[in-house]
Amino acid sequence: MTGPDRLRDGGLIDRTKPVTFTWNGRVLGGYEGDTLASALLANGVHLVARSFKYRRPRGILGHGTEEPNAMVQTGDGNRTEPNPKATVVPLVEGLRAKSVNTAKGGPESDPRAGMGMLSRFMPAGFYYKMFHGSQTMWQRVWEPIIRQAAGWGTCPTEPDPDTYDHMNLHCDVLVVGGGPAGIAAAREAAKSGARVVLADEQERFGGRLLDRPRNLDGLPGHGWADREVAALAEEAEVTLLPRTTVFGYYDHNLLCALERRTDHLAEAPSHVTRQRLWHIRARRVVLATGAHERPLVFADNDRPGIMLASAVAAYVHRWAVLPGREAVVFTNNDGAWEAAHLLKKAGAPAVTIIDSRPKVSDALKRDAEQAGITVKTGHAVTGTRGGKRVTAALVQPVNADGTRVNGPAQTLACDLIATSGGWSPVVHLFSQSRGTLTYDDTWACFRPGVAVQPQASVGACNGTFGLAETLAEAAEAGVEAARAAGFETAAPAPAPSVEAPEATPPVPLWLVPADTAPGRGGKWFVDFQNDTTAADILLAVREGFESVEHVKRYTLAGFGTDQGKTANINALAILAGTLGRPIPEVGTTTFRAPYTPVTFGAMAGRNLGDRLEPQRLTNIHDRHVALRAAFEDVGQWKRPWYYPKAGEDMHAAVARECKATRDSVGVLDASTLGKIDIQGPDAAEFLNRVYTNAWTKLAVGRVRYGIMCGEDGMVFDDGTTARIDENRYLMTTTTGGAAHVMDHLEEYLQTEWPDLRVRLTSVTEQWATVAVAGPKALEVVKRVCPDDAMAPADFPFLSWKTATAAGIPARIFRISFTGELQYEINVPWHHGADLWDAVMEAGKDFDITPYGTETMHVLRAEKGFIITGQETDGTQTPFDLGMDWIVSKKKPDFIGRRSLFRPDMQRPDRKQLVGLKPEDPKVVLPEGTQIVEPGALNRPPPVPMLGFVTSSYHSPALESGFALALIAGGRDRLGETVEAALPSGPVTVRLHDPVFYDAEGARRDG
Amino acid sequence: MTRYSIWSLARNALTWHENWPRYWRSPDPRPEYDVVVVGGGGHGLATAYYLAKEHGITNVAVVEKGWLGGGNTARNTTIVRSNYLFDESAALYELSLKLWEGLSRDLNLNVMLSQRGVLNLAHTLGDVRAGRRRAEANRLNGIDSHWLEPDEVAKVCPILNMSRSLRYPVLGSTWQPRGGVARHDAVAWGYARAADARGVDIIQNCEVTGINRNGDRVTGVETTRGTIRAKKVAVVTAGHSSVLAEMAGFRMPISSHPLQALVSEPIKPVLDCVVMSGAIHVYVSQSDKGELVIGAGIDSYNSYAQRGSFHVIEGQTAALVELFPMFSRLKMMRSWGGIVDTCPDASPIIGKTPVKGLYFNCGWGTGGFKATPGSGYVFAATVANDEPHPVAAPFALDRFTTGALVDEHGAAGVAH
Amino acid sequence: MHIIQCPYCGPREEVEFTYGGQAHIARPENPEALDDAQWADVLFMRDNPKGIFAERWMHAAGCRRWFNALRHTVSHQILATYRMGEAPPAPDTLEEASR
Repeated sequence: MTGPDRLRDGGLIDRTKPVTFTWNGRVLGGYEGDTLASALLANGVHLVARSFKYRRPRGILGHGTEEPNAMVQTGDGNRTEPNPKATVVPLVEGLRAKSVNTAKGGPESDPRAGMGMLSRFMPAGFYYKMFHGSQTMWQRVWEPIIRQAAGWGTCPTEPDPDTYDHMNLHCDVLVVGGGPAGIAAAREAAKSGARVVLADEQERFGGRLLDRPRNLDGLPGHGWADREVAALAEEAEVTLLPRTTVFGYYDHNLLCALERRTDHLAEAPSHVTRQRLWHIRARRVVLATGAHERPLVFADNDRPGIMLASAVAAYVHRWAVLPGREAVVFTNNDGAWEAAHLLKKAGAPAVTIIDSRPKVSDALKRDAEQAGITVKTGHAVTGTRGGKRVTAALVQPVNADGTRVNGPAQTLACDLIATSGGWSPVVHLFSQSRGTLTYDDTWACFRPGVAVQPQASVGACNGTFGLAETLAEAAEAGVEAARAAGFETAAPAPAPSVEAPEATPPVPLWLVPADTAPGRGGKWFVDFQNDTTAADILLAVREGFESVEHVKRYTLAGFGTDQGKTANINALAILAGTLGRPIPEVGTTTFRAPYTPVTFGAMAGRNLGDRLEPQRLTNIHDRHVALRAAFEDVGQWKRPWYYPKAGEDMHAAVARECKATRDSVGVLDASTLGKIDIQGPDAAEFLNRVYTNAWTKLAVGRVRYGIMCGEDGMVFDDGTTARIDENRYLMTTTTGGAAHVMDHLEEYLQTEWPDLRVRLTSVTEQWATVAVAGPKALEVVKRVCPDDAMAPADFPFLSWKTATAAGIPARIFRISFTGELQYEINVPWHHGADLWDAVMEAGKDFDITPYGTETMHVLRAEKGFIITGQETDGTQTPFDLGMDWIVSKKKPDFIGRRSLFRPDMQRPDRKQLVGLKPEDPKVVLPEGTQIVEPGALNRPPPVPMLGFVTSSYHSPALESGFALALIAGGRDRLGETVEAALPSGPVTVRLHDPVFYDAEGARRDG
Repeated sequence: MTRYSIWSLARNALTWHENWPRYWRSPDPRPEYDVVVVGGGGHGLATAYYLAKEHGITNVAVVEKGWLGGGNTARNTTIVRSNYLFDESAALYELSLKLWEGLSRDLNLNVMLSQRGVLNLAHTLGDVRAGRRRAEANRLNGIDSHWLEPDEVAKVCPILNMSRSLRYPVLGSTWQPRGGVARHDAVAWGYARAADARGVDIIQNCEVTGINRNGDRVTGVETTRGTIRAKKVAVVTAGHSSVLAEMAGFRMPISSHPLQALVSEPIKPVLDCVVMSGAIHVYVSQSDKGELVIGAGIDSYNSYAQRGSFHVIEGQTAALVELFPMFSRLKMMRSWGGIVDTCPDASPIIGKTPVKGLYFNCGWGTGGFKATPGSGYVFAATVANDEPHPVAAPFALDRFTTGALVDEHGAAGVAH
Repeated sequence: MHIIQCPYCGPREEVEFTYGGQAHIARPENPEALDDAQWADVLFMRDNPKGIFAERWMHAAGCRRWFNALRHTVSHQILATYRMGEAPPAPDTLEEASR
């Protein structure tokens, strides 16, 4: 025996496998097959939580995902999880669980229990009506109190040690829900040979067959389910997904599901991911998601010991737990009477049925009375007594339509109230699939109406409540789904023989009356988790909130972690009743994914860390690592930023790298620059259209710099393009812009100019590039390429040639981003490191110095060369950058040309690229610094700004700080002084030509 | 209007809250108004409120096709900030933030403005440059934004993953302490109540089906509840602006896209500020109720469906867990989508249209909520005076012809 | 998440594609001939219908080809895809779902 309330026999638990667990520090026992909730109830634990707002004691209401109260915190340390529902937490050896949002010892005593006394001052939306006098008081005093009071469990404080993954699956028929309907549908669909997936949120298939005594084909319900599922498992094309909740129904029949793979194991194998998120693309979907019972809304209906009748039945039948000895079953329908019978059979000494209907069938009444159950029809539970557990029900006669009490209340001692207001089909997925709901007056529920996506709903989720009818409907749907998916099918097999009570509809009772109106005495809870009461809904209507969405938002009904599974229909019906409108006219709120909460880790899957974005490394990367380079992220690439030697900071390293390159020779890994091979007879024409300058006359063997604009005339990329052959060019792009440029070119070629005979191939990763720069570059390159003429006289600037570099066939380009004599040696990618090694060896005598992107930036800035993305932000024309020379005056058109002649492009005060030199050479302006007129900072903000610093460095060559900047009308103001607005105060700077170094360009030829 | 206060709350508690008046009336539309505001979201209601309050124009109707505040007002992640780069944007959003700071008092309703501060993270050297530039421009524009180095970021948000081994490590952040979040529904309800109190008719379940004109002048609107004549019509229908423009006979430089968001289950306080990362596409804050409120960028395709694709929220969740590895075991409780108007320059369109007496306020993209008070304020002035409010002037439609865009794309570097 | 029928490769997941907005806007032969307002129309003004929309997609992670689609912007149903340069299929040949 584990627990005083465990029945001696029965149930689907494994009594040979006792399990020990800890609840709020107490060590308790259960069995394998228990949930945390069933084990707690077996141990007589009903009080598990305190309510959100009024701090009322709360117990377990349900036995599945519909549970609003029994949220817990499981696990410790980095494996702790906030807010799972005790009703779905599998009991495993060593489980540690505790109540959430309660005092340290659990919910037994609550330091904030006094909030209940203040409840009169805290109706729905009370916080909108106060705390608005002073923003300071709100934020310093009131909001922190609310924040501290709110929230359920606690977040782990450490990273998650578990892993998660994603799986994509295509199937012909996806059956959601493994109860009788789902099993029947899957069996029939599978017979056709279709790929069938059957998913169910529980460990064990069978759904409600597990919860109450039913016989099919002479087998108990769970036995029939086991037999049928075993047969399904034999089918080659069937995938069974237990512990898998289909939580979202998206466009084009994509359904997403969460599989819990290890939480049910005491010891999880380390190679198994904790959870798997399935993306299931199904030709057809059969929804067999069942229904949720709804509680009746009566005064003080929230005390521990007040449970759904279906949950009571399940705890007795499935888990062999007796949740109460003196039980009251309060219902408006026949179905809940079964709970009374099960309690009685299980040994509850006193069981009373309170049925609000004036009349019930004679057979029902006779059976109950024969079983020793007291029956009162035309009565209602109109209030309760008790603290940490219900101790009594107030029972009163009610009129025929359940709107008024018409007699005095009797007090009936009890420790359990099982309540049922009827059933609500689980239409969540159907509704997510954009199907429209229809209101079923007979069964008082919403059920699927018109479907949009290729799916069918069967069984209770379709408003078909009888077991035999469900099996027939589901089998038909299984056949039809397979047929519609393109498979040959036969008529369904004969349905199993069924022993089950007949399903009959309830007589709706949405708001149970009492002597006082809601709001004046007890609390009629509608949404337990959010402490939303019927009085709150009445108040909302009184205050003019008539739309169901307004009422939901004002009262918070349906906004909990259970998403209002037990609350929504009651809230809606009470709203409709208050407005005097029929329920369907008031409508439902939107059912939003997910059906049950989904772990963030599972949504992220493996796409974390280096898999968040691919990491691109050059062939030379290991060499940079060996040189202890610091790296910079440029797009997806890792680029060496600088190479600090022992004791050097970035400033020192960069100064050294700059000096070495200007004075001797430096080497840069330039492999990451984008490269596009452009071929075809119209390639030159194509370049003419995509670049601002002219390309027709570029000779084979020559190289030209180009700027690319968007159609809006704004510069978006630049680079050099070489003519490789008559009809072949090699374009280079910026590292970060390569993919964007490729897309841009392909788009124009395919969509605007399909007549051009041009083909594009990205060859970025075909060629590794090593740039050798500096006065000694020729000496180095001569040693690397001994057989080729490399001197500037033989190999002019802006040309390229094939050569053999370190024995490797190479293309060498005479281009320079540093202003120095520079050779860019390209070899097949996999030879990149070999070439690097050869260059380093050849440069030894000249103390060749690897330099990173930071030094490259300094050297190019000294020359006034722009970097797109740094000197530009998508709002600069070539003219703004002082590059009028690169905009062809002769070409009639190129991408962006027309936009350059719009009025705003002609403004003389557009921001223009200039250089800045601080008066004090020691000053290096922070990049992003704003530039203002002298004295402007003496005035209060807003201070008019002239522009800002785009690039700024210390230049070893100039022995001074210097900067590039975009300044309004700046080109006409060269030589003037302005102020840089540093946070510490203004700094005087002089506007300078953007070229600071070697203005005549003498150094590029060595 | 019954003043809300702790005293009125206590007084009403004595009568079991049975005597509270309505937040707003539910009038039938009258045949004619001076101004009809189309769209009962936050911006539309704010427009009506400021028309009445600042310009004395109270013969105003707000017509809403569904329930007021039911569009993007109900669907956003409630972030409020003003740290925009360009002067034009900064002026608009800072005006808005100043109005936010007095809004609860002004509306006599607690909109739960929570100025917890907003971090905009930088993950690359390019982000750092852009962030510093924006913070500096903000400072000179009188906005309380400044740059934080990584160690300062860690102090503001200790649970943020500051590891250098992050795929894109945090290299710094801008920080606007006055930024934060607010209770979105309360904003709509507060404006509605205050506008109603000044005589504005708020008419729900009233869809505009046509815009009536006489020559090039607007004369009113056709609605599902009949024709309403109006001297001026002010359209504030985020998501559906192009549909309304088509009714009026012109086109807009706008595309409608899904924007999705999600919340976690409520947990005890763990995140005390708003964290936004443009580079890896996620933003997050924690609500007073304890939910983490999480958003990202838009879905790529045009849509009026209020739903997007699941892979988009998978991506934003991966970014979230990357930045906050301890959030991995928390759970998504609810996800949803809205429809945003996106403009080519990521800035709104506020002002006159080719039709006289017809005004549009649209194109707020993903950033409209924070602008609600300012948007209503400058739009009301524009409608009242038939001349752009100075702060609204740069956002006129003709900027697409002149090229004087306010291109916050590259600059903001973040969705919102 | 959409399934998109690439006219060259067949049905593929949306994540393989990039979106290109409104289809059938030809770049003017002679932009010079347009005044600023007309050019602004070309640059910025776009149809944005609530209903069937002719739009462009590119199969970025596949054949990298641009193509057109007719898609409903409320139901997200893709009624047709067709190659660049082809005219959209006639409306009466399309099978639209109930909504």
